[in-house]
Amino acid sequence: MDNAQLLISGLANGCVYGLIALGFVLIYKATEAVNFAQGDFMMLGAFVTIGLTNTEYMGLPFWLALPISLGIMAVFGYLVDRLIIRRLFGESQTAVVILTIAMGFVIRFVAGLIWGHEPHTLQNPLAGKDIRFGGLVLGLEDVAVIVVTVLLTWSLYVFFNKTKLGLAMQGASQNQLAAYYMGIPVKRVQGLIWALAGVVAGIAGILFAAKGSVDPTTGLLGIKAFAAAVIGGFGSLPGALAGGLIVGVIEPFASRYIAAGYSQIAPYALLLAVLIFRPHGLFSQVRIKKV
Amino acid sequence: MRIVFKTDYMQDIRPWKDGYQLSLYMILLAAVIAAPWWLDDFYLGELTNVLIWAIAGLGLMILTGHTGQASLGHAAFLAVGCYANVALIEAGVPFLIAFPVAGLLTGIAGVTVAIPALRLHGIYLAIFTLALSVLMDDIIVLAEPITGGVAGKYLGGVDILGLTVDRWGTPELFFWLVLAVAVLVTLGYINLLRTPLGRSFIAVRDSEVSAQAMGVDISRTKTISFALSCAVTGWAGALMGMYAGAFNNETFNVLISIQLLMMIVIGGLGSIHGAFLGAIVIGFLPQFLSISKEYVGAVFGGSTVAIPGLEFGIFGIILIAFILFEPMGMYGRWLKIRTWFELFPFYRKDMFKRQKSYLKTERLR
Repeated sequence: MDNAQLLISGLANGCVYGLIALGFVLIYKATEAVNFAQGDFMMLGAFVTIGLTNTEYMGLPFWLALPISLGIMAVFGYLVDRLIIRRLFGESQTAVVILTIAMGFVIRFVAGLIWGHEPHTLQNPLAGKDIRFGGLVLGLEDVAVIVVTVLLTWSLYVFFNKTKLGLAMQGASQNQLAAYYMGIPVKRVQGLIWALAGVVAGIAGILFAAKGSVDPTTGLLGIKAFAAAVIGGFGSLPGALAGGLIVGVIEPFASRYIAAGYSQIAPYALLLAVLIFRPHGLFSQVRIKKV
Repeated sequence: MRIVFKTDYMQDIRPWKDGYQLSLYMILLAAVIAAPWWLDDFYLGELTNVLIWAIAGLGLMILTGHTGQASLGHAAFLAVGCYANVALIEAGVPFLIAFPVAGLLTGIAGVTVAIPALRLHGIYLAIFTLALSVLMDDIIVLAEPITGGVAGKYLGGVDILGLTVDRWGTPELFFWLVLAVAVLVTLGYINLLRTPLGRSFIAVRDSEVSAQAMGVDISRTKTISFALSCAVTGWAGALMGMYAGAFNNETFNVLISIQLLMMIVIGGLGSIHGAFLGAIVIGFLPQFLSISKEYVGAVFGGSTVAIPGLEFGIFGIILIAFILFEPMGMYGRWLKIRTWFELFPFYRKDMFKRQKSYLKTERLR
């Protein structure tokens, strides 16, 4: 029973990692770059919602604040691409990596200025309720996190593999020049995908803030989400979720069964092991380049 | 406008272009050697800090700037160098032996990391090294017998040929020690870039496929690059430990790694000057901010409240500005200014314009 409880809480945590990893994968799939600030996007999404909902700020009703904050995050993601990332069009991945790391610093700084450095919790209708399921006690938030994540991953997967726009996005990433020849507006597609990543980060942030508390350094959680994305392979949406779940489940079990001091190493050790033995993730999408 | 006449084949591979350039650097070196006489102790300490960061930057520059392998984990190697140095000194090894050996050990650590990292490219390598840097914190705590764990270690003065070199007691001696290391590393670096090895670093950076076609052994080149880069970084770490005096598992955290990478980007990737220019920004930004905060407070009458994270926020903004508007960094900007003067009035606007490039993936599905 103990283990089942650990498993559930691990799954809920893993879903949040998975959601951040989804953001990585989205942007990677469509622009071949990795947004190292995705964790900070999530933090920002959480704070925007807190700013709209919590009584000490604007105090809007939760269900009204939800679409507004997701809209704000979409606009934010689009603007980041329009104003900053688009200028690096065609540059190497490393330039974008460094740029997004710097962006993360700026977002953290600005969030600290606006909302302070104390931890905040999102006031939401699900808080404090739980479901009892044969001896297991499930927080309603945890259930909501798992359900929302699975739905979101599934719909994004369908979007990328079935719709015209999703396929265009994949094409734009694989070969920008060829995508242009095929009539794909590569830059507009990039803008859209950044907006989408903003929304996903917003959802992750809301779920995270509903479950626990956020402060401006929460974005560093993104490092754990890297582990998730790498384990799943950067190009695969279900892989990202699977990776997130693996990391999320390993964590509570490691801290339960492995000596203190070694337990927090587990996700990173797994990350290194995957990189060493399966450099492109468990769901690999890369083959050796031929000239 | 100067005209360099080439009368000798050696001129092409000589480390300096002409006597004029050489004399400029000599004057700079003399001025820096004399720094203890024209700087007070506080700024001498800051200058020492800048030089240490510059050495670390040179270490990372070999790997990132010249071999094209972005590392977000060099703080881990700073830590290895620092702890190796301290452990050897505590074991009774004289500093003049302990210091080079510390670099050597860090180089060996670099090779062990390089071997699994050889298969990784771009972001995967960045994430690999980032994870390494995060892990280093825990490894230091676990390796308590050597590292002192959370309590950390303390390193006072060291003894060099009968002279006690101490950051606080004899700041000028410590400054000269750091300067000597910086100059030696820089000379070695300049020389490295003239050798076949250095050329193959650059070839690997520009295109692995074409480097391989030209007969460059990619794995070997990358491994050596890692080794050299980590050895230099290890020396910087050893000096950083001596500069800080006391250090523990949190001294060399992930943020230091990131800061180091950002530093060489601001300075200018792929140039030795870049490491120094970036270090100047890193070293003096906190001072500059605190001075300007006081100034703003004095003019507008506001209180000088501490704003947490301000330093990193400003730093991030500077970095974004550089990547967007001057991807070659401060050194690139300087090159343009210098060329403008050297060619006056023939400088054209598009002289440094980069070719438009399109990204291609290595993914096939």
